Amino acid sequence: MSAALKMQPAAPLVKLRDLTVRFVSRDSNVSAVNGVDLDLAAGESLCILGESGSGKSVTLRALMKLLPKKAVVEGGIEVAGRDVQAMNERQLQDFRGSTVAMIFQEPMTALDPVFTIGTQIAETVCRHEGISRSAGMARALELLELVQIPSAKRRLAAYPHELSGGLRQRAMIAVALACRPKLLLADEPTTALDATVQIQVLLLLRELQEKLGMGVIFVTHDLGVAGEIADRVAVMYAGRVVEEGPVGAVMRRPLHPYPQGLLGATVHAGLRGQRLTTIPGAPPSLENLPPGCAFAPRCSLAEPACTVAVPEARKVGADRMARCIKV
Amino acid sequence: MSASPKSPVDRGGPAQPLLTVRDLKKHFPISRAVVRAVDGVTFNVLKGETLGIVGESGCGKSTTARLLMRLLDPDGGEMLFDGETVGGNNNSGGVAMKEYRRQVQMVFQDSYASLNPRLPIEDSIGFAPKVHGVSAGQARERAHELLAAVGLAPNQYARRYPHELSGGQRQRVNIARALALYPRLVVLDEPVSALDKSVEAQVLNLLMDLKEKFGLTYVFISHDLNVVQYISDRVMVMYLGLVVEQGPVDAIYDRPAHPYTRALLASRPSMDPDKRRSEPPLTGDPPNPVNPPSGCRFRTRCPFSEKVCETTPPPATDLGGGHLAACHMAADGSGHSKAGGIAA
Ligand SMILES: Nc1ncnc2c1ncn2[C@@H]1O[C@H](COP(=O)(O)OP(=O)(O)OP(=O)(O)O)[C@@H](O)[C@H]1O
Ligand SMILES: Nc1ncnc2c1ncn2[C@@H]1O[C@H](COP(=O)(O)OP(=O)(O)OP(=O)(O)O)[C@@H](O)[C@H]1O
Ligand code: SF4
Ligand SMILES: [Mg+2]
Ligand SMILES: [Mg+2]
Repeated sequence: MSAALKMQPAAPLVKLRDLTVRFVSRDSNVSAVNGVDLDLAAGESLCILGESGSGKSVTLRALMKLLPKKAVVEGGIEVAGRDVQAMNERQLQDFRGSTVAMIFQEPMTALDPVFTIGTQIAETVCRHEGISRSAGMARALELLELVQIPSAKRRLAAYPHELSGGLRQRAMIAVALACRPKLLLADEPTTALDATVQIQVLLLLRELQEKLGMGVIFVTHDLGVAGEIADRVAVMYAGRVVEEGPVGAVMRRPLHPYPQGLLGATVHAGLRGQRLTTIPGAPPSLENLPPGCAFAPRCSLAEPACTVAVPEARKVGADRMARCIKV
Repeated sequence: MSASPKSPVDRGGPAQPLLTVRDLKKHFPISRAVVRAVDGVTFNVLKGETLGIVGESGCGKSTTARLLMRLLDPDGGEMLFDGETVGGNNNSGGVAMKEYRRQVQMVFQDSYASLNPRLPIEDSIGFAPKVHGVSAGQARERAHELLAAVGLAPNQYARRYPHELSGGQRQRVNIARALALYPRLVVLDEPVSALDKSVEAQVLNLLMDLKEKFGLTYVFISHDLNVVQYISDRVMVMYLGLVVEQGPVDAIYDRPAHPYTRALLASRPSMDPDKRRSEPPLTGDPPNPVNPPSGCRFRTRCPFSEKVCETTPPPATDLGGGHLAACHMAADGSGHSKAGGIAA
């Protein structure tokens, strides 16, 4: 059952066990996450790949207990040895920022438009560490330099809208790192950036992760991004992890038909003039999941046995897992 | 004169570019300054081709698209559609604006924002034909034909509202709508950027099919360099309001001549975790388009910049086979120490 595949030291940084998240309201019941097991070691980088709506963001938010009230969350969520589900508001406030921090695709969701970058970082540090304002400003400068913002000193006084997209993304990373989190959650932070800026931000995140020894969980739907930044990848489909393993192995030879299809559909050099392979059909409704493997309705290898029960997590070799009865 | 909608008149024959753009400019006034968003671009769109446009965020791709669509009025330059001036009146012999607007259509990135949420999709698709005098019944019929052409069975989808469709399905509707007036040129501004990879592949296949079926010409803007390579016949690279390089797709991807193009192509993720990048190919921020650098606009970030780059804007130099690069290193006798060294 367990997807704890990698040999981990005693306490992994993140331990998710059979996480389920449902959004329940009077007229709908969305099964967004349907039994996710994930482990992350300190200093490790994991990419969660998957289509829109597969539960990537909801899984990240669950790790910070950031889901709305109507979300019914079940299963074990442990970060840095603490039970996230059991934390109260005050404990959470301290936990967010100092243990876990999050960055987003759209930096303006994390930055306050009415305060300068310097003030925002200093505030965060002061609130958490109870240091003076001037010490906070000094930290802010250090952080802007850490994220390689040119003319950092001058930029302390800049408002978010005065920065380019790439610099804004760096400023958001600086805010997230203000209290030296052990775990950084990144929800598609480079998806909206153009190629030259995207690679800058990816290299920066990789460098920071190594330098600060942070664990990183990085959500993306771009295989290339995963290839640049991940140690391991987990591929989600309809709220479940259908494949997990080291990034190189999964990118070269995925085991599960869904990531196989995804790899086939990814446009790359050398496909000119050829028809692209597609995955027929569309993902299932999360209000009414098909029995068994949720990918079966679109899978060319499906047979009756696929729809009997949700395929168990099968281990392949020492460090790979796939949920497919054909593996 | 107005052509029968199904066979627009091909005036100049296959050799004449469908669209000729010369020194096109758009300057946006902002408080006490102007943003030189598009600052003199010259290019052709050939009949039946796909011209890809790439370049950094803010370099003027969407502004160029909106100029081509005449959603914006240019501040300078000239546009010829199949050899005729755009926006002339009947006396001067150009293509009338109304006719031009019918023949050139656009698809945007945001599949949701561009559809009326209160209209069933068949009505969204049939709207423009009705405005152009087609009867309600015929407009509906055309909408159903087009829905079928984009792979959405009319009996299942025609009466649906935008919120009842997935992102990929909505983008198909947008494409169908763009084709409703039988255009000759379709400008696609980031048409697949908001879609999942598996859906992106479906939409790209669809675009290729429709191009064949309806004899279309595409201008395709994207920041996904792999997608542009896949779909384009020729590629144009923009930097800070200017075209820095253009040419056949293989020339651009295999033998990029301009240092910006090289950096851009080298920024693609490697797809091989064992061969990760270690240095970003391009650093620093793009200069402000209000006050661009003198000479070559790329010189502030170019590793090869020399004196001449500061003083003289590099002209577009022909490297053969329609491959043009605006860099002093490409031009013999420019005064750059590496001049002529990068000829294709
Ligand atoms: N607050 C909410 N109320 C109801 N449903 C929700 C809520 N948040 C998310 N969902 C649903 O949960 C499912 C998973 O959403 P999630 O945001 O995790 O997807 P994702 O994998 O991050 O997709 P994307 O790539 O589009 O960001 C989706 O069907 C979504 O509509
Ligand atoms: N209406 C406007 N008023 C003022 N400035 C504008 C306006 N529209 C665009 N600009 C500016 O013109 C420049 C070119 O913008 P444009 O949208 O054409 O870039 P782009 O290449 O499409 O970028 P992206 O890849 O981010 O879509 C930018 O500096 C932009 O801020
Ligand atoms: S003209 Fe000079 S500055 Fe511009 S790209 Fe060429 S070498 Fe670099
Ligand atoms: Mg998401
Ligand atoms: Mg644009």
